[in-house]
Amino acid sequence: MATKTLPSADQHSVETAAALRRDQRNQVVGLLSPGLIWLLLFFVAPLLIIVVYSFLVRGQFGGVSWLPTIGNYVDLFTSPVYLNAYWRSILVSVLTTVLTILLAYPMALFIAQRSPRWKLVLLFLVLLPFWTNFLVRTYAWMIILNDNGVLNTILRSIGLPGQSILYTETATLLGLVYGELPFMVLPIYTSLDRFDFRLMEGAADLGANRWQAFRRVMLPMTMPGVIAGSVLVFIPTVGQFVVSELLGGAKVDYIGNLLQRLFLRSNPPNWPLGSAMAVVMMLILTLVIVLYFRGTTEDDR
Amino acid sequence: MSEATTSANAALPEASRQPGGSKGVSERGFSWRTGLLGAHTALMYLFLFAPIVVLVAFSFTADPFGVAWNGFTLEWYTRLFNNTRLIDATFNTLLVATISTAIATLLGTLLALAMEHYRFRGRAATDVLLYLPIVIPEIVLAVALLSFFAFVFNALDALFGLRLRQGMLTVVLAHVTFSIAFVVVTVRTSLRGFDRRLEEAAMDLGANRWNTFRRITFPLILPGIIGGALLAFTLSLDDFIISLFVSGPGTLLLPVEVYNRVKRAVTPEINAISTLMLLFSMVLVLLSQLAQRQRK
Repeated sequence: MATKTLPSADQHSVETAAALRRDQRNQVVGLLSPGLIWLLLFFVAPLLIIVVYSFLVRGQFGGVSWLPTIGNYVDLFTSPVYLNAYWRSILVSVLTTVLTILLAYPMALFIAQRSPRWKLVLLFLVLLPFWTNFLVRTYAWMIILNDNGVLNTILRSIGLPGQSILYTETATLLGLVYGELPFMVLPIYTSLDRFDFRLMEGAADLGANRWQAFRRVMLPMTMPGVIAGSVLVFIPTVGQFVVSELLGGAKVDYIGNLLQRLFLRSNPPNWPLGSAMAVVMMLILTLVIVLYFRGTTEDDR
Repeated sequence: MSEATTSANAALPEASRQPGGSKGVSERGFSWRTGLLGAHTALMYLFLFAPIVVLVAFSFTADPFGVAWNGFTLEWYTRLFNNTRLIDATFNTLLVATISTAIATLLGTLLALAMEHYRFRGRAATDVLLYLPIVIPEIVLAVALLSFFAFVFNALDALFGLRLRQGMLTVVLAHVTFSIAFVVVTVRTSLRGFDRRLEEAAMDLGANRWNTFRRITFPLILPGIIGGALLAFTLSLDDFIISLFVSGPGTLLLPVEVYNRVKRAVTPEINAISTLMLLFSMVLVLLSQLAQRQRK
């Protein structure tokens, strides 16, 4: 075996070097190919297929007819239903991202200033709800926000009027913030954990007040965490449809709800239009992320 | 107003520079702010845990709508155990999770070994490909896989007259696809602290490549592999969106079944099954923690 010569390869002959390289290449190919073939087949190919489908005509009984068209994209950009869905999805994702930053940052700051033992416990507690089924956690909010639910029982018992929150957009936003909060806390915590808090004292010694020190020192230095968290929160929120259906009562059409309808519910389904929708969504996400990264990194310098 | 606060705060460091009084001032300011942060953090934990507490509590309520406390009962749990539909769905979900975890762990571990232990052309591109499934919105992968399976099945039908339908197999294929990336990330993390000289030493002592892997490499990265496998298993159990799209009609899966019921009405039976799922996830998390601890 060529490998046996590896330790005694002091003679450095050309042949052993070549054999070694060939051996290395075989190992890499052996390790890589099963996984890569799987991903090319079941990940890359499906994505290419929806790109192709988005330029085809819808079939009579669902599926597609192999006739090229750009009609789906024309429909997307001219119909108020679809434009509105994009707008609403982006709006609710931006709101969710901003709210989770505002709620997560102080929380991460508190955790980052604890002793190592407490840090571990507090972080574990942040992660714990994340390990329970997402659907189940969303459903739990239905029990709480119900007209006769826990929240209204508490409100009424202290003499306040009950609120109809379930099946409103407020409930959707609440459910989204709830589901995404851990994904914002963890990256912000990670960057705060690396932050040297003595810098804040330094800033204060140089005459900065607390807000200025936060604004000019702590926030810029922990921005990578905020950015990572924003990406983690923003992407899944743009495509969500479960929360808006269960908590929002499916009153507003988001991209996710339309995709579900176009692919699964409508009779016959409209796969080409749905594919075009998914493709445009990917393009928007890529654009947003690129712009976001560029904007914030320039700010940092 | 801002000017006033600025000057008031600017006075603080002045005061703290004076000996004696300095410590008291800064310390009180510190604890006041920490108290506020602590109160906020406590509220956030309440926010995170309230739904879970409510869910568990209301799986024992005698209220037939499961939304109010009406006395203790185990009725919903006994009903669950007599509900063959839900039992079948649970069995299918566990089966899918087990098979897809096994495949994803094998493929993911091999990929992680290649990425961490070798330099090769196209490594950067592979890196991107391995991270894409993590950042892509789930629903995009869901519609893409649905379209892909329909396309392949149509082609098989047209070419060979082979009629296939979506079902458990397509769900397994889909779950492996999104799990691989997470296994790779977990195993790569455990490989990073790995000292390759241990492998070289083993081979110096005459072990062949397979024995070196079996006796040296594998035991050392085993905690990482277990961590990755548990993550894949949890992700598969938790997945709803992709399962909904690729399972096709007639395949019973637990999250899809829960979704279809919840859409109609809130029932205590769902509270009960959710509590059991919660318990199951907790056990898995504890197991993964134990696996991680073993590494130390």
